[in-house]
Amino acid sequence: MRGTVKPLWLTEMVAVWGYVQRNYFLTKRYFMWEVVWLVYVTMNAMAITFIGAGAGEFGARDATEFMTFLLVGALLWNYMSVLFDVLSETVSWERWEGTIEYTFMSPSSRVTHLLGMGFYAVVYGILQTALTLGVCYLFFDLDLSRANYGGALLVLAVASVSLVGFGIVAAVLPLLSPEKGQQVSYIVSSVLLLVSGVYYEIGVLPGWMQAVAVFSPVTYALEGTRDALLEGAGLAELWESIRVLLVMGVVFVPLGIFIFHLGERYAKRTGKLKRSG
Amino acid sequence: MKALELKNVDKSFKKRRGEVVRALDGISLSVGKGEVVGILGPNGSGKSTLVRVLSTLVLPDAGEVEVFGVDAVRHPKQVQRMMNRVSVEASFFKKLSAMENLLYGSKLYGVTSREARPRIGEILDNIGFDRKRATEPMEHLSRGMQQKIALARALLTSPVLMLLDEPTTGLDPRSKKDVQAFIRKIRTAHDSSILLCTHDMGEAEELCDRVGIMVDGKILALEKPDELKRRYATNGRVPDLEETFMAATGFSVEEASAEKE
Repeated sequence: MRGTVKPLWLTEMVAVWGYVQRNYFLTKRYFMWEVVWLVYVTMNAMAITFIGAGAGEFGARDATEFMTFLLVGALLWNYMSVLFDVLSETVSWERWEGTIEYTFMSPSSRVTHLLGMGFYAVVYGILQTALTLGVCYLFFDLDLSRANYGGALLVLAVASVSLVGFGIVAAVLPLLSPEKGQQVSYIVSSVLLLVSGVYYEIGVLPGWMQAVAVFSPVTYALEGTRDALLEGAGLAELWESIRVLLVMGVVFVPLGIFIFHLGERYAKRTGKLKRSG
Repeated sequence: MKALELKNVDKSFKKRRGEVVRALDGISLSVGKGEVVGILGPNGSGKSTLVRVLSTLVLPDAGEVEVFGVDAVRHPKQVQRMMNRVSVEASFFKKLSAMENLLYGSKLYGVTSREARPRIGEILDNIGFDRKRATEPMEHLSRGMQQKIALARALLTSPVLMLLDEPTTGLDPRSKKDVQAFIRKIRTAHDSSILLCTHDMGEAEELCDRVGIMVDGKILALEKPDELKRRYATNGRVPDLEETFMAATGFSVEEASAEKE
């Protein structure tokens, strides 16, 4: 309000909270649909874990370990999908409602906007993944006797930074096309799914795919969480994954924001921000 | 210092078949501090593009746009702090309540819920909006009520420049009168400068200090309503604003809009 002068950092913090609260309100308004989605995600994770249970029939040495391996992949994959979905779906939603113009003409910075949405996505994703893990724990005889949950959470937290960077890149697409942009954003996640060893060891991939996997944060996130949950790896053993993820976070978040900035410039040059719904 | 100043602003859009539409063609205009300037024009005349350029949502191809002396293209964040906009479509999260939308909108300008709540109540009272309905989802409110909330959203950030893009189009007569009365109140009570784009002649004449006529991306005339009408007087008879528009453009607003469609 006129006359109320706050330091810039404080107005940006208020705006971050505005984005988080808005997404929370929207989630709350669609609560039953969120429950339906949670059921779907849980069943999906269970179906994948059952593949491990059935692997014993085909001569697998340790079905329990394989089940846990698959479940960690399914949970991390779901977590990453949540991050991407929240970011790109919110932009898509704003395009349909026409509120994107009001967001873009507000003085809050784009970094604040994207990180506010990213922060909400991380909290929402962790809650959903924890609930799914809880349900799966009841159904399967998982090998988590040596699990280092703290280490796994640390890896996940560090991985979230670079995944948010990727999510921001995916969110550019619905900005440019509210009709098809979000569907096209699945390309980003499907590439990560293919090369990162979500359901198999990277070693089974052709050489060129293994080369691509080196640049995927999901590769290191999986490596770290699996080591922590299956082997009980401590901080010293997890450090290599964490170090790479930290470097990726430093690179991918600014890169994602830069690409989003280019998309925004293009939309403003071509008049694409106009309401489409 | 002028509240708003545009010099030779051009904007063209490429259509799919390579066709180029010139939405703004050498637009120059200014709005003084505390002044209300109306832009009259049919659909497709470039009014909304003009508002979007001023709102920093569309980048101009050429020309200068300054808000209180600040270049809107080079320093959009500074300009965004000074202005707000109400458009023909009251764009909101329809599932969220009016209050939730208003609190969200105010936070983007650094205004906390604690600061915004009393101000929202005050504004809602001023526009004759029943406070109890502020907790209902936007989709349950009539278009007139949604438009009042859009005005409240803009006013909540205390803009020194208000951009109103057909704020009363499609409203029933009662809501239209309420919104127009509120615009008058904003002007007197909040010391805001206003650019009002409309195709309602009566609205322009009643609310604006100066009125411009815009057709095909060009402003043909921009004067006080009386002077504008006198300019197109024939045989000593001063036409009304609608006749003035026809004399200036060769079309009525409806014909010009139909031609565009």
